[in-house]
Amino acid sequence: MNTEEKNRLLKISILRFDPHDPDDFPHMETFEVEEADGMTLFVALNEIREHHDNSLKFDFVCRAGICGSCSMLVNGRPTLACRTLTKKLDNNITLAPLPLFELIGDLSIYTGKWMRGLNERLETWIHEKEDELEVDKLEERMEPALADEIYELDRCIECGCCVAGCGTIQMKPDFVGAVGLNKIARYQLDPRDKRSDEDYYNIVGDESGVFGCMTLLGCEDVCPKDLPLQSKIAYLRRMMVKTSMK
Amino acid sequence: MQVIYTDVLVIGGGLAGLRVATGVKERGHDTIVLSLVPPKRSHSAAAQGGMQASLANSKMGEGDNEDVHFSDTIKGSDWGADQEVARMFVHCAPKAIRQLAHWGVPWSRVHRGDRSAVINAKKVTISEKDEAHGLITARDFGGTKKWRTCYTSDGTGHSMLYAMDNKAQQDNIEVHERLEAISLIHENGRCFGAVARNLMSGELVAYVAKATTIATGGYGRIYSVSTNAVICQGIGQAIALETGVATLGNMEAIQFHPTAIVPVGILTTEGCRGDGGLLLDKDGYRFMPDYEPDKKELASRDVVSRRMTEHMRKGKGVKSRYGDHLWLDITILGREHIEKNLREVKEICENFLGIDPAEEWIPVRPTQHYSMGGIRTKYTGESQTLKGLYSCGEAACWDLHGFNRLGGNSVSETVVSGMLVSEYISDFIESKDSEMDIHTSNVEKFIHKEQKKLNAILAKKNGENAFELRRRMEEIMMEKVGIFRNGTDLQEAVDELEELHKRSKNIELFGASSHAANPALVNAYRTQKMIKVALTVAYGALLREESRGAHSREDFPKRDDANWLKRTIMTWSDENKSMPTVSYENIPIEHMEMPPGFRGYGKDLTEHHPSTKIRQQQVDKITKELEEKGLNRFEIQNALMPYLDKLPKKYRGINERFGENT
Repeated sequence: MNTEEKNRLLKISILRFDPHDPDDFPHMETFEVEEADGMTLFVALNEIREHHDNSLKFDFVCRAGICGSCSMLVNGRPTLACRTLTKKLDNNITLAPLPLFELIGDLSIYTGKWMRGLNERLETWIHEKEDELEVDKLEERMEPALADEIYELDRCIECGCCVAGCGTIQMKPDFVGAVGLNKIARYQLDPRDKRSDEDYYNIVGDESGVFGCMTLLGCEDVCPKDLPLQSKIAYLRRMMVKTSMK
Repeated sequence: MQVIYTDVLVIGGGLAGLRVATGVKERGHDTIVLSLVPPKRSHSAAAQGGMQASLANSKMGEGDNEDVHFSDTIKGSDWGADQEVARMFVHCAPKAIRQLAHWGVPWSRVHRGDRSAVINAKKVTISEKDEAHGLITARDFGGTKKWRTCYTSDGTGHSMLYAMDNKAQQDNIEVHERLEAISLIHENGRCFGAVARNLMSGELVAYVAKATTIATGGYGRIYSVSTNAVICQGIGQAIALETGVATLGNMEAIQFHPTAIVPVGILTTEGCRGDGGLLLDKDGYRFMPDYEPDKKELASRDVVSRRMTEHMRKGKGVKSRYGDHLWLDITILGREHIEKNLREVKEICENFLGIDPAEEWIPVRPTQHYSMGGIRTKYTGESQTLKGLYSCGEAACWDLHGFNRLGGNSVSETVVSGMLVSEYISDFIESKDSEMDIHTSNVEKFIHKEQKKLNAILAKKNGENAFELRRRMEEIMMEKVGIFRNGTDLQEAVDELEELHKRSKNIELFGASSHAANPALVNAYRTQKMIKVALTVAYGALLREESRGAHSREDFPKRDDANWLKRTIMTWSDENKSMPTVSYENIPIEHMEMPPGFRGYGKDLTEHHPSTKIRQQQVDKITKELEEKGLNRFEIQNALMPYLDKLPKKYRGINERFGENT
């Protein structure tokens, strides 16, 4: 039996634009690719670059759903392209870069700059009281369950899907997004970070932080790591209200 | 023309590069990190299973210490490692992990009381001590005597990289993203920085620095199927090679990981087997105990990969349209364990295979995974031949892993080597020795040279297709420079790669004319560089007529210490030549703390070096005498092979260990 005959012909339409080219303008371009067994969008896009258009821009690094580089709109929904199997999609596939981030070209976006800005603003690192660690000494103990709980939130891969899926940020560009609030929840949980609830309140206790969220929760729907964003935003709100009334 | 000055240029924003940057910054030096991608997306993030450090906190780690970690590492390396470097490493690994804990890594912790685990396909109960509660725990990994691999679920590399990058941000370390170093600036044996290309704008920038560090990871992508991220293309090794001065060491030492999924080659962590997972053949039969009755699935990686290949060659593989594979069975670990400790594995199985690993077996086969070879350096991380050029992590060969790396020693090496090398670089910068004398016109020369090369590619007509050359190179490496190697295949590989190298000088872009972000141009110059790196691997493998660690020659099955206890050193002395130049560096037995012996797998086929016996007698004699005198293990070690004076003073202290010297 010739299995090759059964392969679908995929029509992949890509929103293309090169901001470095003054003559270019955003336009859709459609490529035809023969589907293969186990094909992902990583495989399909590389095939397009290799056989149809070697100038097509996109970002993949780990191609295993771990690094968060390849987030894009697949049929209008933010997700990781590398782990999207084409067999789960219709013959006609539409790809576009994630909105809200600076465009490098075609499907390639500058998430790194946005995330770095966010991390600097929220100071997403351990704030210690003592500055010197004695590296020869036994490590500080931590409750095993608490370590697991911190890791649960530490799993964010800064892919930007929650930002692209956020209704609030469309209207309020300085909103920290679920990615930012999740990070605050992570550090607030961590006893090694000596910031007080008041300190966190000063960072996200306002309209650009936890009180700006309109609770549409697109973030939770699209998070590829299934982070508990809804419950963490709710938790932070309760905590912030309590802190504000102290 | 843009020229940027800094004290320390770090090329690569993964764990090793970031650790160097934070280290030199702490010593008060200015630093800039160049990264192809946002640092948090580096390949370090893909390390799943864990980091080796001999903390000995958990029940199954009891009795572990630096000596045991050292011995495992040397055996694992098949005596190819530099033993002083290995000593420095095992001594500093506990310090590095404690630093990382301090900076925020949520290491999984010991829980007091009984817990169930799977060992050798049987459910057992392990009782953790009350006093160990809350300390960092560890899991079992291949080739280790103790459970030593510390972890955060199976996202260890991710958590480490995030903590490290956050620390770098806290320290205000400047990271220039999407900048690719494409050549090193050097003159009279001294490195002065690098020419980098901005991958967004296409602009070339010269970074002039007193010290330049290459921390760009491995070169796995010269193979068609690799667990490596697509950016692990060996460009760091290539730019060092292209200086004609810096050397590469043991490039033929390539590790194949036993359990990558078929066909895409994504890794499932060694933690799967460490936690009790089994390898099964097409009949559902557990075959590893037949080959390795002692360590079974947890033999060293090179051994397991070979045994799997042997077993498939006997017709025991599962047939598929992508070739034969075997099964990894983790169903016996139970859903709860998988969802807590192997959740990345579960996600990968769901997304790429459409299976639930708590219910079904995972199709796996050995796949290119790690580069033991790299830029040859002294223990300080500095190139042996190009002053001011440093390298660490997977990019380097300082040489911790010899011919086979132990699982869990790679992420550990990134942070330990970064921590140490940053101190040696700082010492260099603070010395008169680092004073620079290079004229700006010479810097410009290097930029112009690179610009000219890029313009030539952009203008080329009727040339070669870079994708075709690259795919062919990848196939050659896979088919002829793989797990089992032989002289005939290797000779063919070298000949054809040499031909590809010549053809790669005529790559054209077929219309992709942008000087700015231009993936075709990037692919073109990287392909040229990758073929050179592939040649060093294939040529080194052809010449090495023995089997050692991951380098396995069917025509030379013995490990031959008498003739081959040495490192392969490659340079590319003249850019008009079509082949690298090879030389060798002896690994002196006279200074070894642990003279060459039998690794304990299969039959002992070693051809011993005459010095081995003499040194072993010395070691035994000294050890016995000092033990009788009542000296402790540190004093005895120091008598056999002193290394502490090589370490920065602040890292010389004795590691406190639960149950030993607390």
